[in-house]
Amino acid sequence: MKLFRFDRLAWIFMRVSGFILIALIFTHLTVNLMQDGGVKAIDFAFVAGKLANPFWQWFDVTLLWLALIHGSNGMRVVVNDYVERTGVRRFLLASLVISTTTLIVLGTLVIFTLDPCPVGSPSDLLPSFCPAG
Amino acid sequence: MSAKTASKPKTVFRGTLYRGHEGMWSWVLHRITGIAIYFFLLVHVLDTATVRLDPELYNAVMASYKTPIMGLGEAALVAAIVFHAFNGLRIILVDMTAWASRHHRALFYGVLALWALVMIAFLPRHLMHVFGG
Repeated sequence: MKLFRFDRLAWIFMRVSGFILIALIFTHLTVNLMQDGGVKAIDFAFVAGKLANPFWQWFDVTLLWLALIHGSNGMRVVVNDYVERTGVRRFLLASLVISTTTLIVLGTLVIFTLDPCPVGSPSDLLPSFCPAG
Repeated sequence: MSAKTASKPKTVFRGTLYRGHEGMWSWVLHRITGIAIYFFLLVHVLDTATVRLDPELYNAVMASYKTPIMGLGEAALVAAIVFHAFNGLRIILVDMTAWASRHHRALFYGVLALWALVMIAFLPRHLMHVFGG
């Protein structure tokens, strides 16, 4: 048995990332759906205010990477289980790699390049720490 | 030959059949909830990415999450996530310990009980946010 075969690493990754994701997602849901106004309180000011804090930047980027890799690896298992035609399976697996990579790059850029106080936006939509006007 | 011997194979197979029992249902539910959560994740990364473009655009996108129908969708999503989380822990335990693999059925009912507890804590608050003014 090869100790570090891809499928074995994937098997270990699903258990380790799953365990971490439980803590991350339960926190994410508590802060975004339970606290204060729940889903109704989510707007630009809320998200920009959170992402101005390095703690939430690293929290969200960890959540983004682990959730997308855990989810797409799960989909890889499902595709391998049900899609028997080689061409279709290859197309779906390639789509998974492309969409996962795209979303990880996009999400990481959004988290680290978001300007919480964009110039020219109505100040009542911005976090309270933004300079008025 | 009596009816007694004829009914014997039934007793032999009891407990070894996978189909239709707890093992199958936990597997089916894990797969269905996983796929559903994955497709929401794809949409969720994209809708959150609009926060980088424009505060008014992001608020307009988020408004679609605050409607009654989407509020019920969020309840279903949380239900799926909480089940997947607890059942995932059960899978890790069953893989790691002989005790858990002997008691995997009891653990599945434990998963359902924990799921019900968390949903009882979450649902009233979330539905109040969505429907309560």
